[in-house]
Amino acid sequence: MKTPVYLDNLATTPLDPRVLDAMMPFLTDKFGNAASRSHPYGWEAEKAVDLARQQVADLIGAADKKEIIFTSGATESDNIALKGVVEMYAQKGKHIITASTEHKAVLDTCKRLERSGVAEVTYLDPDRTGTVTAEMVSGAIREDTILVSIMGANNEIGTIAPLAEIGAVCREKGVFFFCDAAQVVGKVPFDVEAMKVDLAAISGHKLYGPKGIGALYVRRKRPRVRVAGVIDGGGHERGMRSGTLNVPAIVGLGKACELAKDEMAAEAERETKLRQRLLEGLRAKLPEVYLNGHAERRLPGNLNVSFYGAEGEGIMMGMPDLAVSSGSACTSASLEPSYVLRAIGVTDDLAHNSIRFGIGRFTTEEEVDFAVEQVVDAVAGARDISPLWRHKLRDLEKEGVTVAPGSQVMVPDANEPAGAGA
Amino acid sequence: MAYSDKVLHYFRTRPNAGELDAEDPNVGTGMVGAPECGDVMQLQIKVNDDTQIIEDAKWTTYGCGSAIASSALATEWLKGKTIDEALKLRNTDIVEELSLPPVKIHCSVLAEDAVKAALQNLQEKSGEKTTAAAAGSEG
Repeated sequence: MKTPVYLDNLATTPLDPRVLDAMMPFLTDKFGNAASRSHPYGWEAEKAVDLARQQVADLIGAADKKEIIFTSGATESDNIALKGVVEMYAQKGKHIITASTEHKAVLDTCKRLERSGVAEVTYLDPDRTGTVTAEMVSGAIREDTILVSIMGANNEIGTIAPLAEIGAVCREKGVFFFCDAAQVVGKVPFDVEAMKVDLAAISGHKLYGPKGIGALYVRRKRPRVRVAGVIDGGGHERGMRSGTLNVPAIVGLGKACELAKDEMAAEAERETKLRQRLLEGLRAKLPEVYLNGHAERRLPGNLNVSFYGAEGEGIMMGMPDLAVSSGSACTSASLEPSYVLRAIGVTDDLAHNSIRFGIGRFTTEEEVDFAVEQVVDAVAGARDISPLWRHKLRDLEKEGVTVAPGSQVMVPDANEPAGAGA
Repeated sequence: MAYSDKVLHYFRTRPNAGELDAEDPNVGTGMVGAPECGDVMQLQIKVNDDTQIIEDAKWTTYGCGSAIASSALATEWLKGKTIDEALKLRNTDIVEELSLPPVKIHCSVLAEDAVKAALQNLQEKSGEKTTAAAAGSEG
């Protein structure tokens, strides 16, 4: 077992060796420009890009591979979708609906559009599980609404959105539905036809492909969606994204999508079991472990929990052999805890104490068991020197309340979000 | 962000971690910070009645590694000092010793505040002691 054990697969995933094998020829001998029409170097590059486009389209159920635009990643796709639709449909309206828990690539783009006066944005607050419902979206749609932007699954808390229901509402009201699908594509079923998604952002490195590559799905029929390009130039990608195609990365993204399509169902089941093993392992040895996000409708590999009385960065420092992330303020420059946890009503005294685990394709049961041991030691160590933990424990003991592994008595108002157990 | 070797050292060895009896008249307790901000520090000092020297200091801290290291370092420095010397402890000394980056300076400020709060608590207690003694002699 290699340490530090990597359990941060929501941040990025390692390149699958099979993806690297597919890419290698295009990093060496097959270096042609896909836009070169006059010789075989260009032809073979173009052919490889076509195949990748089809592989991406197949994974998300797109009717036509021409609906796939290659970009540098989900952040760029988010920018093109939002800015491109706002510019193209300015005559129709300027209202956008999104959620306060979206990725910064969506939120900060929306804020820029608001500042420049070209859009008005409604930020929906999700419920305690992190879910934005179709009813919330429906209630916010106005005459001048042109776009609804809801992420497929949240990168921090893993909650999966009811996409098909939101898509149905949008279609019925004639509003485009854009989904930042960076976290769901390749992890759980995502189908642009079944879910009535009109635009979708995809990231290569979240599904074992290379970094610096992503895609934007733009629907061509029923309804046809048009977006103004953000990057001007040679008119590549149907004018929506100019710039010489990054052929090796595109080939890698295509291969990653093909692998995900074949292996997703079995892998989701395996990761769900590992996640349960992790949570049960922690609760078997530690009291006061609070789950963040939806108990069941969450990404298979995502576990986000808060440990009462133990601060996130302090916990992580106590387990240098684990690579995870935290919503603690101390991991950011802002000193504010995670805006996502705050938006779903996690109190600040738990938000600072959150650890996000990202189980991935290469995570083993042995690694999960090792993680349990490391976390248990680190949390126990942090609590041992925590005045909050000590004082609360003394108060509860005086009242005769038992604090034992699995207990949740210190933050009684932090109800377990929907469903029993994860 | 990588930690300095000294932060790691204090985080791992945790010198003086723990609590003193807050009811002891010779123990001053300072508690600063807030759970909402992600940092809470309790620092306690025990002063020898005769010599007025800090003979023991303990801390417990909820927070990041830099906050933990700052409180441990502060207690190390306090032991053997007089109260006047303790009052001269500055957060910048902690920043320098631990090589704290700018985003962690507030951890050192918290430690300085905790020391001052503990000393103030001690002063209040000695005031009470004097009053109690005065009341006792009258009775």
